[in-house]
Amino acid sequence: MFLVATISLLIGMMLVLVRLFLGPTVYDRVLAVNTFGTHTVLFIGVLGFLMGRPDFLDIALLYALINFVGTITILKFFKYRVIGDSHRDIEERNG
Amino acid sequence: MSGIFNPLLIIFGLSSVCCVMIIINRMYKADNYNLKIEFNPLQFLYYLSWLSFEIVKANLKVTKIILSKSLPNNQRFLKVKYSQNSDFFQVVFANSITLTPGTISTETEPEYFLIHALDYNPADIDSLNKMDLRVTKLESGGAK
Amino acid sequence: MDSLSFLFNTISWILLSSGSFFIITGAYGIYKFPEFWSRLQASSVTDSLGVYLILLGLAVQSGFTFVTVKLVIIGLFLFITGPTSTHALANAAFISGLRPGEKLESN
Repeated sequence: MFLVATISLLIGMMLVLVRLFLGPTVYDRVLAVNTFGTHTVLFIGVLGFLMGRPDFLDIALLYALINFVGTITILKFFKYRVIGDSHRDIEERNG
Repeated sequence: MSGIFNPLLIIFGLSSVCCVMIIINRMYKADNYNLKIEFNPLQFLYYLSWLSFEIVKANLKVTKIILSKSLPNNQRFLKVKYSQNSDFFQVVFANSITLTPGTISTETEPEYFLIHALDYNPADIDSLNKMDLRVTKLESGGAK
Repeated sequence: MDSLSFLFNTISWILLSSGSFFIITGAYGIYKFPEFWSRLQASSVTDSLGVYLILLGLAVQSGFTFVTVKLVIIGLFLFITGPTSTHALANAAFISGLRPGEKLESN
């Protein structure tokens, strides 16, 4: 039962990885990384159940947090070319 | 959560809670911004169940488009006005739009949301307006 | 007692396999569609229904324990952050000037 979910998640990750290599624009690649992260969260959870150790869910939760923060940071970098500045700094520099 | 209650682990947990409290206090002093959220929990649960039913319907539609051989060539941008006053319920409305597959809120303007639709037909605007009415009812129900 | 566990197993089997179906469909849509905006829509199939069906199947399998609480926390977190990151991605692409149909017309 868990094996079916694991194998289908692996197939999904493969398809998304192909899009990650082919993607013509930056945004396609960010989308692929985001979806890959979601697949990884589910994969870790299902793998914990498959091996009889549901404690893996803590790692899945941590991975969900890191995935969200990573996506937002990459998008902010491509929009403003800085990561650490606040909105006030950016407005002062732009005008 | 793990079922382990060492004194050392509890001390670590308490100290990290204190750190977070200090940081939040400092952030509150930096900008005096208070987020007020008022809504009726029962109504919100009812809205969530309606939304999940809607998500399933939209999912089946998009799945049909993906598995059919023809490519989608009927996509366009829509403008949908919103009638909520508070920030929180505007966020609820925009997230509901994005969560239903087939529509994604792209840009927020002071008057309307710009929404990208995958397979456009005129009935979509009607259903989006109905969703808008529901969220507005949720907002006014909480204020009583 | 035995028939009850059989019932739970069947329910979680159905939930897990339908969730796997939606996840493969979403990934196939991301692979197949010709340009960015339709890919974004295909990814939201994975993000909404696939994730919740699989999490629900795991919760049915584990019963009322700490594990279910963790699954609910993961589900709530993904429920809030999934649409947010999709919107951020769409907004960034929109501002950078990407429009639907450009790739289709040039082909």
